[in-house]
Amino acid sequence: MIDRLTEHRGLDSFDIRYVALIIAILGIGVLSIYSVTRGQQGGAAPYYLKQLIWIGLGAAAFLVMWASDYHHLARFAYPAYAFILLMLVFVLFDGRTSKGAQRWIALGPFSFQPSEFAKLILVLVLAHYYSKAPRVGWLQRVIVPGLLVLPGLLLILKQPDLGSGLSFVAVYAAMLLMVGIRSQALGFMLLFSIMLFPFAWEGLWGSLHDYQRQRIMAFVDPEYDPGGKGYHALQSKIAIGSGELLGKGLYGGTQSQLKFLPEGHTDFVFAVFAEEWGFLGVVVLLTLFVALIWLSLEIASKAKDQLGALLAVGIVAMLCFCVVVNIGMTAGMFPIVGIPLPLVSYGGSATIMTMAALGLLLNVKRKRLSLFY
Amino acid sequence: MVTVHSSESEFGDLHRRLFILRVGLLLVVVLLGLRLWHLQIREGPYYRDLSENNRTRLVLLEPARGLIYDRHGVLLANNVPSFSLYVTLEDVKDREALIQQLTDLLGLDPTIVRKKMTAKGSKLLPRKIKDHMTLRDATLVESHRLDMPGVMIQVESQRNYPGGVTAAHLLGYVGEISADQLEKPEFIDLHQGSIVGQYGVEKSYDRHVRGTAGQKSVEVDALGHEKKASVVERPQAGNDLYLTIDVRLQKVAEDLLGQEQGAIVALDPNSGDVLAMASRPGFDPNVLSRELTAKQWVEIVQDEGRPLNNRASQGQYPPGSTFKIPMAVAALETKTMLPSSTVYCNGGYQFGKRLYHDWKASGHGYVNLHNALVHSCDVYFYTIGQRMGIDVIAEFGKDFGLGKATGVELPSERSGIMPSTAWKQKAKNEQWLPGETISAAIGQGYVTVTPLQMASLIGTVANDGINYRPRLVLAVMDRTSGNLQELPAVPRGKINAKPDTFRIIKDALAEVVTKGTATKAKSSMVTIGGKTGTAQVAALRTGPEENIPKKFRDHAWFVAFAPVESPKIAVAVLAEHMGHGGATAAPLAKEIIETYLKLTSQAPAVTSDLSSGNGLGRSSKDS
Repeated sequence: MIDRLTEHRGLDSFDIRYVALIIAILGIGVLSIYSVTRGQQGGAAPYYLKQLIWIGLGAAAFLVMWASDYHHLARFAYPAYAFILLMLVFVLFDGRTSKGAQRWIALGPFSFQPSEFAKLILVLVLAHYYSKAPRVGWLQRVIVPGLLVLPGLLLILKQPDLGSGLSFVAVYAAMLLMVGIRSQALGFMLLFSIMLFPFAWEGLWGSLHDYQRQRIMAFVDPEYDPGGKGYHALQSKIAIGSGELLGKGLYGGTQSQLKFLPEGHTDFVFAVFAEEWGFLGVVVLLTLFVALIWLSLEIASKAKDQLGALLAVGIVAMLCFCVVVNIGMTAGMFPIVGIPLPLVSYGGSATIMTMAALGLLLNVKRKRLSLFY
Repeated sequence: MVTVHSSESEFGDLHRRLFILRVGLLLVVVLLGLRLWHLQIREGPYYRDLSENNRTRLVLLEPARGLIYDRHGVLLANNVPSFSLYVTLEDVKDREALIQQLTDLLGLDPTIVRKKMTAKGSKLLPRKIKDHMTLRDATLVESHRLDMPGVMIQVESQRNYPGGVTAAHLLGYVGEISADQLEKPEFIDLHQGSIVGQYGVEKSYDRHVRGTAGQKSVEVDALGHEKKASVVERPQAGNDLYLTIDVRLQKVAEDLLGQEQGAIVALDPNSGDVLAMASRPGFDPNVLSRELTAKQWVEIVQDEGRPLNNRASQGQYPPGSTFKIPMAVAALETKTMLPSSTVYCNGGYQFGKRLYHDWKASGHGYVNLHNALVHSCDVYFYTIGQRMGIDVIAEFGKDFGLGKATGVELPSERSGIMPSTAWKQKAKNEQWLPGETISAAIGQGYVTVTPLQMASLIGTVANDGINYRPRLVLAVMDRTSGNLQELPAVPRGKINAKPDTFRIIKDALAEVVTKGTATKAKSSMVTIGGKTGTAQVAALRTGPEENIPKKFRDHAWFVAFAPVESPKIAVAVLAEHMGHGGATAAPLAKEIIETYLKLTSQAPAVTSDLSSGNGLGRSSKDS
């Protein structure tokens, strides 16, 4: 009864701040996409308009996730994971290739990227696993969930999609740390990884595609070969740096407007924004992200049960990882691995998935309120 | 943060770990902020300077489209260099002077050049002023380049069809990708300005032939000239296609139609290979593959002969008496008629208040199935049509592939109509009238077919009911691996009929040529079986054929196969407004058959060429 009552509560000030932050970040994204693709015809509908459609669908996903009960959702974690694994297999055989990687499934005029949705489902799976029973011992805490992660990870790396693969590992690591591992287990893990490193390096480096290896090499010294492998990294740095304090103004970004900077509306949208709005704009955007993550962590710490807390932590970890790695790579701190900036980069699957994840977070918070009522 | 926990205290401990996470996160964000501060504030002026002098940019390298050959390796489509003149306005000092120079050098129209230079667009990006320049003009510009900053000559690849109009409908043409196409998932890797197939095999096999674009980074000097270029990613050429057609036969077929409108299709009944597919009038794909002016395009589209229409796969005509072939199969299979039973033909068939005429007013007397086919007796087929009813006829027609697309790999194939009571209810929301069955029985009324369907039908008869999907591509040559991948013949099914049925029909069709309505197709070289047909265009006709205006004259049909004993070729000829099939269409079919048999006796190893794998190109000369 009490639960019922509380579920019909309206928005409180927390919710309003939370949603306002999301809308502000989305707005920055649409503006930047509009600016960089203004003169360009990406088919009949311009990119910013399509992004607005994705945001509309994302809002629907947000509301659905918010309105449902995460306990119910967690119960479907394993079947959903099995389904997404099937999709990932399907994508390998029948997916659409774009720039040398098979990531998309075509659905009529649309195509979607199962690896994006796989991340959210992984959070659900791990949260469900850890909260279902007390998992003790390093076998139950580390190895079993690791084996859960592995098939998805391998399928995503095979596409190849290094960025999504790394997010997978990040989510796993974050949740592991939250659950807590015995120092002994950590010791073993460290030991094993050091022992396995030479083999892993061989296997990993060998399995990377040429362009991935080149990008990692380019990260080491982009200036060495400005026309070749380090092109993206260097152009992105020039774009960000040339924005200086105040930026070049909307549409003023010569780097992006003159097509020196490739992928300006997707992975490198942060560079476009930084070029046009300068350091001040960057500080505003970073502040918005930090505030959103702060509120999300608030939800995690006040969650009613372990499932809720773990879900929240997993989602926050995923979000943080993408934000940090994306900004880091555009700013030349990390190699370019192809991770979009959540809520800002153009892309249907990523936008819808991120908004669904944020809706799920708010769902965790709503359940928490009912406890205190 | 890593200590021993009991599972009970786990949840309580979460808060402490979350605190650590927050601290860690703040640290990372501060690090990011510092990095950005370093980039934008400390090194900002340096990067600002770099961005202003940034003269390297990525340029797409268009891939070479795959080549297209005929079955013996004769080149049908390739790429030739073409020169285009570009101007980067940013680098032009005096625009009017440049226009003057270009006009003097190349004889261009100054108003058009001015219009192109003042059109909307970035001053920094080169814009195309003229394409398809001659080599002479291009070198002329190149030699004056220093006097004309901002001008550049770009070599581009232009699709070229050495045969001109030959096989134009099959090959199709290419063009810039349209805004609608860019939206579709199959074109996701392409960009504005990409060249894609827009018609024919170029379109249906575009995915194979297209190739993958590469990229190069180009450093330009202050005048906009390329100073240094390095390839980031090489373009990958598209795959080559080997078509099933023999271009020599194709040419003969097109020449036979000449200035008349119509279509000729020749198939190998044993594999479905399209040996020739001619449609007239045609067009020059070289012209259509270039940028057309609006006026040129309107001229082509509004041409009364509709040259862009592939009459072989898109033209739908009443089959006329050629429809008597599936009718005869139906009559024997349903036992509506025994081969020996006869019908008396007095020149007309009374049904209700209407008298349905035979083409021979005096009548054929007593005819059995054999003679009904040989002399194309209408009354016999009115009678069996009436006995079987339209739905039984439709069932057999559909078995022969009528009323549905053959599945040939060409865009926008039409399926014709095989009417039935259900069809009429659905299409016209009317009931089927019994009199309509009588018209349908001789291939008039609602029945329509494409020449390709009729070629496939006669091929099926020749092959004793075994049917293959007509195919156009014999093999695809993978440019990266060098592998030649042969495409298999695709069986479409088999008509379950008594072995005798096809023997009886084929005997009759052979006699059509030796003694019947198609004696003009009689060959001294080979035995031919066939059936004439006349598709009515205007319902009521009076007086002799010559007095009727040409556009109201009937279409002439002839379908044939040869040799009768072991068929190697099946042909359908449709000549628009040419009157009776026996007189005008039959001789064309004979010509095609004789040409093909002569060609195959010269080069006996037609398909074994492929297995040598060593370039189809040489084999035709070797043999």
